[in-house]
Amino acid sequence: MKTLFRPALTLFVLLSAVTGIVYPVAVTGIAKVLFPDAAEGSLIVVNGKPVGSRLIGQNFTDPKYFWGRPSATGPMPYNASASSGSNQGPLNPALKEAVKARIDALKSSDPSQTAPIPEDLVTASGSGLDPQISPAAARWQVPRVARIRGLNVAAVNTLIDAHTEGRQLGLLGEPRVNVLALNLALDRLAKP
Amino acid sequence: MTTHAWLLLGAYLVILLLVAKPLGIYIANVMEGRGFAMRLGGPIESVLYRLGGVKKDEEMGWLKYAFAILLFNLLGFLAVYALQRLQLWLPLNPQAMANVSPDSSFNTAISFVTNTNWQGYGGESTMSYLTQMLGLAVQNFLSAATGIVVVIALIRGFARHTAKTIGNAWVDLTRITLYVLLPISLVYAVFLVGQGVIQNFDAYKNVTTVEATRYDAPKLDAAGQPAKDDKGNAVTESVSLRTQSLPMGPVASQEAIKTLGTNGGGFFNANSAHPFENPTPLANFIQMLSIFLIPAALTLTFGRMVGDMRQGWAVLAAMTLLFVVMAVAAMSFEHQGNPLLASLGTDTSVGNMEGKETRFGIADSGLFATITTLASCGAVNSMHDSFMPLGGFVTLWNMMLGEVVFGGVGTGLYGMLVFAVMAVFIAGLMIGRTPEYLGKKIEAYEMKMVSIAILVTPLLVLAGTAIAVMVPAGVAGIANPGAHGFSEILYAFTSAANNNGSAFAGLSANTPFYNTLLGIAMWFGRFGVIVPVLALAGALAAKKRITASAGTMPTHGPLFVVLLIGTVVLVGALNYVPALALGPVVEHLMLGLAH
Repeated sequence: MKTLFRPALTLFVLLSAVTGIVYPVAVTGIAKVLFPDAAEGSLIVVNGKPVGSRLIGQNFTDPKYFWGRPSATGPMPYNASASSGSNQGPLNPALKEAVKARIDALKSSDPSQTAPIPEDLVTASGSGLDPQISPAAARWQVPRVARIRGLNVAAVNTLIDAHTEGRQLGLLGEPRVNVLALNLALDRLAKP
Repeated sequence: MTTHAWLLLGAYLVILLLVAKPLGIYIANVMEGRGFAMRLGGPIESVLYRLGGVKKDEEMGWLKYAFAILLFNLLGFLAVYALQRLQLWLPLNPQAMANVSPDSSFNTAISFVTNTNWQGYGGESTMSYLTQMLGLAVQNFLSAATGIVVVIALIRGFARHTAKTIGNAWVDLTRITLYVLLPISLVYAVFLVGQGVIQNFDAYKNVTTVEATRYDAPKLDAAGQPAKDDKGNAVTESVSLRTQSLPMGPVASQEAIKTLGTNGGGFFNANSAHPFENPTPLANFIQMLSIFLIPAALTLTFGRMVGDMRQGWAVLAAMTLLFVVMAVAAMSFEHQGNPLLASLGTDTSVGNMEGKETRFGIADSGLFATITTLASCGAVNSMHDSFMPLGGFVTLWNMMLGEVVFGGVGTGLYGMLVFAVMAVFIAGLMIGRTPEYLGKKIEAYEMKMVSIAILVTPLLVLAGTAIAVMVPAGVAGIANPGAHGFSEILYAFTSAANNNGSAFAGLSANTPFYNTLLGIAMWFGRFGVIVPVLALAGALAAKKRITASAGTMPTHGPLFVVLLIGTVVLVGALNYVPALALGPVVEHLMLGLAH
């Protein structure tokens, strides 16, 4: 079996070099040329300063903004350097308590809104960084945001429509609204 | 199930089956040393062989082949272990990630070498870019290549007769890496960047967020250690933060081979749920396709190499039927939503969204979960731990079927062929004839190897789970109370021994106890099957071919497909029903009571 050592070691080193160095460097080079923005994290720049990524959600709790999915990352929500879901099982009492607290917070933010709350607004996302909410979850928050910002409901609804993406190719995924992009557009439209 | 979910499943199957045949035939050509890839890459191959002293026309018997594979994988283990232990002093570590602990390094090294990609660590807070690309991603390639060459060797065992050898392991490993895995990954990785997956070597980027985040942070004392009050509880202070640290790294290149090689180890902790790993529904769909791509193609490589495409289609049909049933089950259970949350006054009509991403919703999450658990991939785009009890049951049972329904690259097909031998053996017993498969008599030695290959995994799963629930170090890891906690441990060992790598991730498994025990389960779950499969290959290759007679059961028709499905389901069910009854089944009954 001694005859196996040399080929094993040589091939391991050479194939490692090809798949572990040449390949990722090649992909990086091609990506930088074809998709420089995406390769660097799809950053949103306002007045020359990066304020976030189109793909990574941020924490919103101020009633003048649309709120995103609850985030289970620690120690703070939407911690982009420690992605995580809650991993709470469906019968876990802690899940029920957490959801109840989120429902209470949403209801107290707008006591006049009595429609049932869409589930994605009260359940933690898988990554803890979900940048989007369902259009229903955005609509549920419209009366509150419109009232605080002194906008009429129709204008806010139009803004949501403009930020709603449908299913990709008409089939894949779910309709969704990017919360950070929506809130930035809202700030441009009307300072509260 | 919604119409949309049916359409999604339909589109997935049509595209998968359309691309499977051309790729399958291409792989057969590559492994037989024919075709345009060989002419193109021939010179590179020759250089590699000259440097390595490989005589490419000199074939190996099964024992030598097995030693070559084991040695090659042992080197991989040592390299990944060393990279983790030394990463602080090596280049491409802009976040100054510390060296990883010995037990976690041991676990992760085995995990990636065995194509399991179980992850006790969080990638973005643990691994340097160098460890990710030169350690983990390399093993994504090489462990996938290992799985494929083993099934090719087994196929040669069926295709050849009165032969002493089953191929040259070095040539097989090189060709599958250079001509199949690498070119597909390159194109696929660039596509992923186009969808938004990051690919760079920058340090993490700090951005100023729109709103400040207030949270309770652990207070540090003068020495920089977490402060404790008089009662020994940690002291926290309210902190306001306006920066978000966006993780960076060479993600797309690793992501491509992660799913193509059914590895499943994410660059980030949240895996394919992370928007930087899986940013759009289209990226998600291609990831799902790439997981089943090679396993599906290999069934037709098999048909081609044994000279009867119908044999390949029969195996593919059995896999497809089982897959459709499981996919429909998972999507339906998750669509039903959590009645406990509905009672709080939320609108749960979309389904169970805890642990799921908005862009994927229920259908794309349920389908992904089915594919990843059937294929021994283990990438996740939603958190299985938060699935409904029966949704979680499906993901668990998918793995318990032995990862043969499509299964891992190579491993799925050799596992299924082992079941096929078992199926003809059972059929032979029923009519009192010596069983035969593809012109080879199945005798005592073959059945011994088949039995070992089938029984190793359940033994590791059930013994490992039993040990973990009996010792404090095992129980300490549980996150969810009640039956679900038992499911977390059962899932961990099922995932490890079947080389899947997904998790009920609430379980705190980055401890010396779990790192060691799961490491052992992964190693033997992989090589404890590969060695008997290669022995089977050697024994089959040496046999004479017998011509089919009136008493031979045809192995390409519906009867055989049903028999094969029956064997897989029966073995899976008999091994695990008692354990499943204690976990997800009890949990489902409790849900009924609580509601």
